[in-house]
Amino acid sequence: MTPTDGLTREHGHELLLDMLRIRRMEERCAELYQKTKIRGFLHLYIGEEAVAVGAMRALTPDDAVVATYREHGHALIRGVSAEKIMAEMYGKQEGCSRGRGGSMHLYDAPTRFYGGNAIVGGGIPLAVGMALADKMQGRERVSACFFGDGAAAEGEFHESMNLAALWHLPVLFCCENNLYGMGTGIERAQSETRLALRAASYRMSAWDVDGMDVLAVEEATRRAAEAVRSGGGPHFLEFRTYRFRAHSMFDPELYRSKEEVAAWKERDPIELFRQRLRDAELLTDDEDAGLEALASDEVERAVAFAEAGTWEPVEDLERFVLSEPAPQREVAS
Amino acid sequence: MSTPSRTVEPRAAAGVRTITFAQAVNEALAEEMRRDPAVFILGEDVAEAGTPFKVLSGLVDEFGPERVRDTPISEAGFAGLAVGAAMTGMRPVVDLMFGDFLTLVMDQLVNQAAKTHYMSGGKLKVPMVLRTTLGATRRSAAQHSQSLHAWVSHVPGLKVALPATPYDAKGLMKAAIRDDNPVVIVEDKLSFQDKGPVPEGEIVIPLGQADVKREGTDITFIATSSMVVVALRAAETLAAQGLSAEVVDPRSMVPLDTATLVESAKKTGRVVVIDEGHQSYGVSAELAAVVADGAFYHLDAPVKRLGAMDVPVPFSPVLEDLTVPTPEQLTALAREMCGARS
Repeated sequence: MTPTDGLTREHGHELLLDMLRIRRMEERCAELYQKTKIRGFLHLYIGEEAVAVGAMRALTPDDAVVATYREHGHALIRGVSAEKIMAEMYGKQEGCSRGRGGSMHLYDAPTRFYGGNAIVGGGIPLAVGMALADKMQGRERVSACFFGDGAAAEGEFHESMNLAALWHLPVLFCCENNLYGMGTGIERAQSETRLALRAASYRMSAWDVDGMDVLAVEEATRRAAEAVRSGGGPHFLEFRTYRFRAHSMFDPELYRSKEEVAAWKERDPIELFRQRLRDAELLTDDEDAGLEALASDEVERAVAFAEAGTWEPVEDLERFVLSEPAPQREVAS
Repeated sequence: MSTPSRTVEPRAAAGVRTITFAQAVNEALAEEMRRDPAVFILGEDVAEAGTPFKVLSGLVDEFGPERVRDTPISEAGFAGLAVGAAMTGMRPVVDLMFGDFLTLVMDQLVNQAAKTHYMSGGKLKVPMVLRTTLGATRRSAAQHSQSLHAWVSHVPGLKVALPATPYDAKGLMKAAIRDDNPVVIVEDKLSFQDKGPVPEGEIVIPLGQADVKREGTDITFIATSSMVVVALRAAETLAAQGLSAEVVDPRSMVPLDTATLVESAKKTGRVVVIDEGHQSYGVSAELAAVVADGAFYHLDAPVKRLGAMDVPVPFSPVLEDLTVPTPEQLTALAREMCGARS
């Protein structure tokens, strides 16, 4: 465990609040799914919140973020409003992707959040390409790419690692190793399960991090991001984490035991961190309740916003297939 | 929709040079790279080796290895990098040596490039070009001879252009590079050394404008890419036999200038679509359907198609040459169709 020495009260509260914001939002999403307010796929990040929360703190607004279909938390912490995220999950036009993308395809240009990608590994070369664009244009930015352990078995993973290292590109690979690619355990999917070791074979700095420890995540990402930003080439972080819920909403979880899940829940990143703040006398009962209230209020505002949202007019169905505005049709800003 | 401002192939005239297809593509790329620093090329052997088809010769000398960027043999990787770079301010031109390698980049083209603008509600754009090739009869066997432009034409969100002449190659490439959408340009490998008139100075041919390559009154040949020259040869033969064939080149599959195709079909009443893709489920079927739908009451014969045979391209020269439509086949078919009228 990373020591809490030097951690300020404010910083600790921000980290705890951000993890709570994701947890409470997604718990509400699961309820809304049961009520069929949210349809289709819904991949919850519950259990893995420390990764997005810790890692995002090391990024600046100029950096780019590419994520996966389990990206609600990344979008929220990156700065996409809960309202826009929830409206998107409802399919409403007030959503961050106009209701065109849904849960798996959250996009937000102002925060440089480039999806939301439902092809496993599909976002990795995109992030490397963004890093190439930055290098060619002389911008000192980091492209942060989140992907799961499952992506490491894809060809695009290999090609992206090779190109990023070969061309010394400013990309930060954030591998969220939750031990399962859908319903197949990592030891049944990867010949080398130490994914940081795999990355190191491309001649880039790579190390693994306790993904249930938000302070460890933040510290490691800060170190890696600074190295990338200062011209150190690509870096790779393997966050060891665990998803507490099913892969998507319908999943009998035949591939893992209840005991295993229970053991990981003992290391719930929120409860671990909350306890550490209390032990360090950085969190009182009232403060804790206050943070919970902030998270809950945000979710309720988001749900109200999504409920009040509107469907995109059907005559706009073919808009944005191609980038030209349709003739004689006004394009909303 | 009429197309009064159609960009028509120039005839020989003052200021019109005769250059090869490869030179035309090279000029287009060089001019656009001078015009816009965001444009860059990446692909296999594009810089030091100048590509196997020599199309890119000299570009690295002017623009340097950063902007004419040799990649490893890593098609999915560099195509994906191009998508990402295009999303964040660059205008990459991906060089995919053989159209057969589209199989390797389909995820990046189909699931990423084609869908990002739509899925983001119009917030993100992917202004990239992927140039690749088609065409058999080079004795290259089944994995280097395919004409797979139908695959990309089937996917909403991609534009697809098929230049048949040096003039079109230059004008379409320049339009594609300036387009804010992902554009696939498919060039006929066998045409790189073909020469044609290209005026000095700026040529930009908007995507979605067909070109009547030869006017005629008895029958229309709608011909794409490598088959334009086949159709022109057949028309020449037929002219000597007293039949007047019109040759229409759509020039882009997406967007498609349906008006010009239908207009020509109405005028002649007979149509053959000729395309080097496999005939089954290919672009020839789509073009034939457009004509049948738009000109049905003006047609004197069923719309016919000529495509490549539905076989993997064989190496054996004797067999390979039989798989691609020829002027002789087209001439015979046209005579049969026109004979039915008398």
